[in-house]
This record gives sequence, structure tokens and C-alpha cells, in this order.
Amino acid sequence: MKTSVNIAGVEFQNPVMEASGTFGSGMEYSEFVDLNKLGAVVTKGVANVPWPGNPTPRIAEVRSGMLNAIGLQNPGVDVFCERDLKFLEEFKNTKVLVNVCGHSAEEYIEVVERLANESRVDMLEINISCPNVKEGGIAFGQDPKAVEEITRLVKAHAKQPIVMKLSPNVTDIKVMAKAAEAGGADAISLINTLTGMKIDVERQQFVLANKTGGMSGPAVHPIAVRMVYECSKAVQIPIIGMGGISTWEDAIEMMLAGATAVSVGTANFYNPTATLDILAGIEDYMRRKKIEDINSIVGIV
Amino acid sequence: MKIKETATVLGQMQLTEGVYSLLLQTKIVEYAKPGQFINIFPKDKSKLLPRPISICEINKEYGTLRVVYRTVGAGTEEFSELKMGDSIDVMGPLGNGFPLEGKKTIVVGGGIGVPPMLELAKQLSGEVIAVMGYRNYDLFLRDELSHAASELIIATDDGSLGVHGTVVDAMREKQLEADVIYACGPKPMLKGVAEYAAEHNIKCYVSMEERMACGVGACLGCVCQSTEVDDHSHVHNKRVCKDGPVFLSTEVVL
Repeated sequence: MKTSVNIAGVEFQNPVMEASGTFGSGMEYSEFVDLNKLGAVVTKGVANVPWPGNPTPRIAEVRSGMLNAIGLQNPGVDVFCERDLKFLEEFKNTKVLVNVCGHSAEEYIEVVERLANESRVDMLEINISCPNVKEGGIAFGQDPKAVEEITRLVKAHAKQPIVMKLSPNVTDIKVMAKAAEAGGADAISLINTLTGMKIDVERQQFVLANKTGGMSGPAVHPIAVRMVYECSKAVQIPIIGMGGISTWEDAIEMMLAGATAVSVGTANFYNPTATLDILAGIEDYMRRKKIEDINSIVGIV
Repeated sequence: MKIKETATVLGQMQLTEGVYSLLLQTKIVEYAKPGQFINIFPKDKSKLLPRPISICEINKEYGTLRVVYRTVGAGTEEFSELKMGDSIDVMGPLGNGFPLEGKKTIVVGGGIGVPPMLELAKQLSGEVIAVMGYRNYDLFLRDELSHAASELIIATDDGSLGVHGTVVDAMREKQLEADVIYACGPKPMLKGVAEYAAEHNIKCYVSMEERMACGVGACLGCVCQSTEVDDHSHVHNKRVCKDGPVFLSTEVVL
């Protein structure tokens, strides 16, 4: 039974990763999850310098979902290399995707260049879809010309394969997927969170200090499946699918829609072993359905 | 060592309007310290996030953990329905907890910040003065606190019992002195206690609160502002769930 998948020449032992921003660099969850069993660890977004993020409250719960407005708080790429990549050194079986964020093309490039010679970094996920920062982030992800341009610039400076992380907060995500492909992206990942809002009716105030936040969780899953399906028909490059995956059924559904690999995000918060539970479920499904190679179900619906 | 497991409910009682005491059988007790908290997961799966609730009492001999919480929404209202024999998913212990220091200490609790001070008062050695603030004479945990502490001072917002005013008013009225002050309660109260501690040159620990998601330090949802650049974040943010909830009053912006 073959569970390994290949994306842009990087061989992942299985298709299950966790989604950027929900897992730190794995340190905090390593008490619950053997990181060596994951397909990949996808790190929290890293910028050229430390970012303070947004004021609190940063978290709000909504029905079958949540909103977050962390604002890409991160310690900067230097600390990240010295601490987080060093920590990940010992988990040889798992691949490392570093999520890269910036306010400008120059900042993305600075991070990508800093990571170029880090052997622990297998792939870069370029975050052009964070809804919670004012400059950069989503500003690059909502205009196809900007998507293509930033993809081309980053690709020119990157040593590792690049995955462009797309926003669902667009009229037609296929257009963005095609733009990323045209810019030279090795793969795309989707969906980032959907911009939402929650208002406290008693206090008659916004719940989040940032007013809006990115919505995630099981409630967004059908939207993500639809978007992965649409993009898989629009581009040739592989897709890492995410959005509300909390069970093995969700993961299989995403793969049937066209994702080569899947990321588990919000589910980690209420089930710290969600990634490994999902992996076990995928393996059971393969045995039950007599599937020899997981790649054989990708995009077959 | 953090554990996620299904705990058994040994009993639950209402202490006062909207305040409940829940007794759980869980392995978490083996590792729990005063000032730490546990995550309790609603059974209603449309409520994704665990509710962080402070630990009120730790009984290692019987393997039981007591939490006392206020119902503030649908999640905690669901917990208030739990009955003896029910099971509930929990994770913990989480956070750092209070360091046990000083020969003479003051433990200060305000409102739903009162419960964690009970286990702390029980574990502190030497003279422990408990200063507890409530809305009115409808107190909770009073008997337990008066047993655990050397002296119990009550303050009520409406003056219906004890000192009329806040815990800080009570501390000023009695001009309390100690080696260490520990406080848990709303932010304005923590600020007042921290100011009192600074004026009297007393070391002060405060337990902070913030909306959380993961509870283990990964998501960066629950940060509070730190006075200095923090070692982990490299900005002026500390994670309440992981670096805290207990901080030196001088470490954080109140």
C-alpha cells in the first residue's frame, strides 16, 4: 500500500500535513503527535523581521467554525532558523514547508533568500492570502497580475520549490490558480481562511479587536472542496487542499476533488491528534477499498 | 506532561447564581499545580473550541480535580448540566501555575478569579492572608478559603459584607504586608493589586486571562502584552496559555 505522494519532486511519506498557523513549528504539539509520522510540518508564517501581530481578542468562536485575527505574529526568520528549524532537525521522516509572509515583494524575497541554504527546508509556502494584515498578505492574492508577479519574483529567488497559498476571498479562484501557475509556481495550496465578522449583541461591539477575522473549521469545508475541485480542473500543478478538514472522510473528499495532499488546521485545536487520526483513517479506507496507491484517487470524481 | 482524555464526572453542584463546582476523576490530577488550568471540550460539536477553566482543588490521593466556573455562554451552560457518572473530554494541566514562595503571602481573588486561589492557599506554607472580592454577600468557597488561609478578608462591591469596595480597597484599609502577593481576577483588579504591590515593594504574581484556541502555545491567539521583548515571540507578546497564565506583575502590561 503506497501512501507517499510527490509534489514538485519532494517525496512526502503520506499526504497529511497540518495547516500553517495552527501548529506553530510543531514544538507545542509534539507532546501529542509524533511529528515523524506526518507527511510534513507546515510552519507558522515567517517574515524578514519579528511581527507583533494584532491586538486581542484575536479569537472568536462561531457555529462549527472560528474566526482568528492573529495578524501573522512571528519572531522573524533569523530566530526561526536558529530555533524552529533546529528543533525540526531530529524529525527526519517528515518534510518541512516554511510559510513565508511579507508586506512587500522585497520582504518575501528577503525571507526566501535567507532560507535558501537551510537544508531542513523542503518547500516554501508563500502566503499571499492572509486576511488579517493590512499590507501584503491578501493584497497580493486578490489580483491575478499581482499573483503572477509575486510568484515570478519569489520563484526567481527561491532554491526550494514554491507553493502559492491562495485566498478564497476572490470572485473566481481559478483565475488566481492560473496566475500562480503562469508565474512559475510549483504547486498551490488552498484555501486560506474566509473573511468573517462576529458582533457581541449584548455589548454591541465587535468580538475581535481587528473587527474581521479569518473563518476556518468544519463549516468552511464544502467551500474548500468546491474550490480545490475547480482549481484542479484549471491548472496542471499539484494542489495541497485544506479548509475545515477534521476527519479522514474530509481528507479523502479533498483528494477525490483533486488535492494531492491535505492540511489539517483548526481541528488540531479540539483534537490534538487529528492529523494522525486522519492518517489512520485514510489507511483504513485504502485497505477497505483495496486502493494500492493513494495517488490513484486524486481528482477522480 | 499534558493529557487529553475523557474524564468522569463525580459530581456537580451550584454554589451560587451562575457559579458551579464540578468534580472530575482524571489523570490530569497527577501533574496539576495551583494556578494551572484545564481545557474542557463541549459535547456539542458545533462549538469547536475547548473552554479554559482554572483548577480550584487538586486531590492526588483520590485522583480528583475540582473546577469552579461561571456560566458565561452556551459552552459553560452545557457543562453546568453535567451529572455524576457523565463523561467529558478534558486536556491538561495547561499553563505554568503559581510558584510557591514566601513565608508570609497574600492571595487575592476577584469574582471568578477566586477559585484558583483555594488550591494555592492550601499549598502555600507559612502565613497566608486571603483577600477575596465578590459582587455581594452571595459568596462562594468562603468556608474552604477560611480553612485554607490564616485569615480571610472579604470585600464586596455593594458593601453587603466585609469591606465595601474592591480587594485593593480592603488591602489598603488593612495596610497588608507580605513577602509575595498572588492575584487572579479581572484586569482592573490585577492592575490595582500590582500597584499596591509596587508601592509596598512586594513581589507580585498575577494570573491573566484571554480568549484562547489551542491552549498549548501554538496558535498565538491568547497573547498579552509584555513590558520587555519576550524570549519566545521576540516582540512584546507573551502567550497566556503557555508562558502564563501566571506572570510577575512587572512582566506584563496591565
